[in-house]
Amino acid sequence: MAARRISSLISRSLSSVPSAVFLSHGKNSRWGRNIHRYSTAVLAEEPITPPVQVNYTKLLINGEFVDSTSGKTFPTLDPRTGEVIAHVAEGDAEDIDRAVVAARKAFDEGPWPKMTAYERSRILLRFADLVEKHSDELAALETWDNGKPHEQAAKAEVPMFARLFHYYAGWADKIHGLTVPADGNYHHQTLHEPIGVAGQIIPWNFPLLMFAWKVGPALATGNTIVLKSAEQTPLTALYAAKLLHEAGLPPGVLNVVSGYGPTAGAALASHMDVDKLAFTGSTNTGKIVLELAAKSNLKPVTLELGGKSPFIVCEDADVDKAVELAHFALFFNQGQCCCAGSRTFVHEKIYDEFLEKAKARAARRTVGDPFKKGIEQGPQIDSEQFDKILRYIRSGIESNATLECGGERLGSKGYFIQPTVFSNVQDDMLIAQDEIFGPVQSILKFKDLKEVVSRANQTRYGLAAGVFTQNIDTANTLSRALRVGTVWINCFDVFDAAIPFGGYKMSGQGREKGIYSLNNYLQVKAVVTPLKNTAWL
Amino acid sequence: RNSFAHKGIYQYGTAAALDEPITTPRGVEYTQLLINGQYVDAASGKTFETLDPRTGEVIANVAEGDAEDINRAVSAARKAFDEGPWPKMTAYERSCIMLRFADLIEKHNDELAMLESWDNGKTYEQAANTEVPMAARCFQYYAGWADKIHGLTIPTDGEFHVQTLHEPIGVVGQIIPWNFPLLMFAWKVAPALACGNTIVLKTAEQTPLSALYASKLLHEAGLPPGVLNVISGYGRTAGSALASHMDVDKLAFTGSTDTGKAVLQLAVQSNLKPVTIELGGKSPFIICEDADIDEAVEQAHHAVFYNQGQCCCAGSRTFVHERVYDEFVAKSKVCAMKRVVGDPFEKGTEQGPQIDVKQFEKILKYINSGVESGATLETGGDRYGAKGYYIQPTVFSNVKDDMLIAQDEIFGPVQSILKFRDIDEVIRRANASNYGLAAGVYTKNIDTANTLTRAIKAGTVWVNCYNVLDAAIPFGGYKMSGHGREKGIYGLQNYLQVKAVVTRLNNPAWL
Repeated sequence: MAARRISSLISRSLSSVPSAVFLSHGKNSRWGRNIHRYSTAVLAEEPITPPVQVNYTKLLINGEFVDSTSGKTFPTLDPRTGEVIAHVAEGDAEDIDRAVVAARKAFDEGPWPKMTAYERSRILLRFADLVEKHSDELAALETWDNGKPHEQAAKAEVPMFARLFHYYAGWADKIHGLTVPADGNYHHQTLHEPIGVAGQIIPWNFPLLMFAWKVGPALATGNTIVLKSAEQTPLTALYAAKLLHEAGLPPGVLNVVSGYGPTAGAALASHMDVDKLAFTGSTNTGKIVLELAAKSNLKPVTLELGGKSPFIVCEDADVDKAVELAHFALFFNQGQCCCAGSRTFVHEKIYDEFLEKAKARAARRTVGDPFKKGIEQGPQIDSEQFDKILRYIRSGIESNATLECGGERLGSKGYFIQPTVFSNVQDDMLIAQDEIFGPVQSILKFKDLKEVVSRANQTRYGLAAGVFTQNIDTANTLSRALRVGTVWINCFDVFDAAIPFGGYKMSGQGREKGIYSLNNYLQVKAVVTPLKNTAWL
Repeated sequence: RNSFAHKGIYQYGTAAALDEPITTPRGVEYTQLLINGQYVDAASGKTFETLDPRTGEVIANVAEGDAEDINRAVSAARKAFDEGPWPKMTAYERSCIMLRFADLIEKHNDELAMLESWDNGKTYEQAANTEVPMAARCFQYYAGWADKIHGLTIPTDGEFHVQTLHEPIGVVGQIIPWNFPLLMFAWKVAPALACGNTIVLKTAEQTPLSALYASKLLHEAGLPPGVLNVISGYGRTAGSALASHMDVDKLAFTGSTDTGKAVLQLAVQSNLKPVTIELGGKSPFIICEDADIDEAVEQAHHAVFYNQGQCCCAGSRTFVHERVYDEFVAKSKVCAMKRVVGDPFEKGTEQGPQIDVKQFEKILKYINSGVESGATLETGGDRYGAKGYYIQPTVFSNVKDDMLIAQDEIFGPVQSILKFRDIDEVIRRANASNYGLAAGVYTKNIDTANTLTRAIKAGTVWVNCYNVLDAAIPFGGYKMSGHGREKGIYGLQNYLQVKAVVTRLNNPAWL
């Protein structure tokens, strides 16, 4: 099964392979009938009814769907309209306690960490199969709750979700410790043990993928979990967790608590019986979470936080390809990516051409109902983000960046924003410094490599970078000099289960995915025994 | 046993500590801060006294670094990192410098051991025969890693070439404790240098001397200026300035759990630098009924009394099976009474003074608390002599889990012996602690050994041995004993960033 990756689609379309259907750029997007580009008409239509029912809205604790202790619920909203999709049980500190007790019991008494790694692996593989079987429902729920294009959810994210579980199922029976040579008559070995009860807090921008990045490695290494989903997007985690139990996961191994950060999230981060925490979200919240962990039981924390990633287009780059990828790097998922290429640095020799084409490309972007075929951009997640993005756009204008296109909301309902491009952006402007998390491209000019390295690194973030060049020396120089966790060369947003992802500086601590993520969920225990009458040392 | 052979060695209860302290063979050469390859005064001009724990008298006045000196040191380290030459040298060149340094440590073994013993109070024999050689060994070990920091190439699902670079993380702040000044210097500095980082090291205010001397040797071995900067000073000033510095990329701390939490919060509140912490412990030493009792008594004694009890991994809860409990207690008491306390420079001395008056008083408070909570004081329990910070080797029996002496890290020569009945019970009790640094297990039975090894939540399990520390064995804690592992291959990742580099492939021959 060839799992697709977001970027494989765009790169395929760049290589003129005709199968590209979504994340389409100009030429493909014209196929879509009734797709209105960068205009309001589509939004006046009635929203398409999602082809799925919401069946799971309660908390999942110890293998059972249950109401919250308080009996409270909160509404999860459709970003297309701001209307209620469903009322979801609202977990708080007491529910986190119940979930931790269940996870503790499942860890201490088993069966999960006492099962063979092969048995755990089989359950994860069965789950991946079930995800593929139910991919339509999962994709529809994801789009409904988040607002992302259905084609993106169905063709990239849900397959990647299944792929992640295939990948980590393969690691479950390959968690090797070491035997270690030492200087004396001792037999040394290291055991790589599950760490215990893992608390995981995931964001709303890729609810299913973030579930997979967190849950996949934690289960493969034999831990039990209390997962708090984002209050904006609680639905797919509940559905997926149901499938995981159908695949044979014992009760208590994965507990899912929907709820808010200051209540449920804080209770999880500061819980004295949680052995590990993993958080993806904003840098400010990440700092709070880490402090709660430090002040309570000093649980180790993996953090994947914000970014302001540079996308560097050198003078020898293929401008058309660079324009397309820079556009994709920023606008993908409505700009709601922690690794969005949100500072587009363009060499002065090609700046004007690049700018014209980038503007034209943004103006062609198809915005509309994410359930409609061919739509590239849906609504932003909620009114808070929507307002914040519009504030940043105003700040860009006030600080004298040139607004090339966009700049306003689209339609009068829901949280749609026009694809927006700023040129003449200077490093000290807010739009060049802060994470906007919206469809706002900032284009900056540079003169030489040394300068762009120093400017690209002049940020508190260090999550990712894009580099566009045909020159291998330039590529090598930039990939070593940029202080970021991922460098994409002549590509962007290539995500693969095997590639580690994470940040330098204030973009985070630790790496997720690949072999590197296993560390996050393992403790290392050195075991030393004296040797009597040893044959060798 | 050996102690009787030495003349002039006074055992427990005699007057060794009242004698005139042995004069050290030479003076102190380096007392200034080391910034950018130069010994310099503190910006404030201030100094502080470092004291001889045998007498409480001043050894030397040492430049007292504070926030401003940390700034100067970080600037030097930043420049040495960003402009080189350190991270731009080949790994082999870095490795050669580290090996030359290890040779110089061996050459100056006695001077280093003398300074270590004088400043810390540990026995000279321990410093000279074990700790200084281990420091050299640690640098030799990591010199061998310098040119073996491999990244990976990674298979993926599409037409991409994916590789990971394991890069130096940048300017590293390191804060080391006073109990093993030179070894902690080695555990911190060696892997950081092997990985190509530059360093600002803050030593403990109790023991600034050996790090300054060792750093001099490291520069003599060819270390470029600015790569290692050493600031002597206090935690609240220099330490917190380092932990909260916006231009420090990584922090490593060894010390108490409370201070570790404070350091971690400073790192979070400033620039979110990642932190490796190696903190306190209350490690169980479990003697099963089938253990060789004499050997177990000896090892359990060593596990708690080694280094005046000032070890984060001290085996400070001695759990003994009820069938062998009485015999074990009687023999442990004899063993403690035979312990040779005295001037650490005297040959044959097993136990010197505690580090300072604060620790000394804290330990005596814990001893009082043990007595008041109804534990049986088998031997010791008081200060030793009238001068300096000597404490009698102390053994408590009938210790209960809820007593303070069974819960808190005492960091002194106080053994607490507890009784247990079966394996499940002792696992539960051993794990009922906020700490999880180490454990000792004494048994002849391989099933018991395997069961305990997996069940005990601790970073190191020593089976039929204790305190076996080797450059290749990872060391670190579960739970509130710390984050991360030092030493071995595991110690490298503390000082590396992982960068994934993804390039699109055109027309690849294979995937």
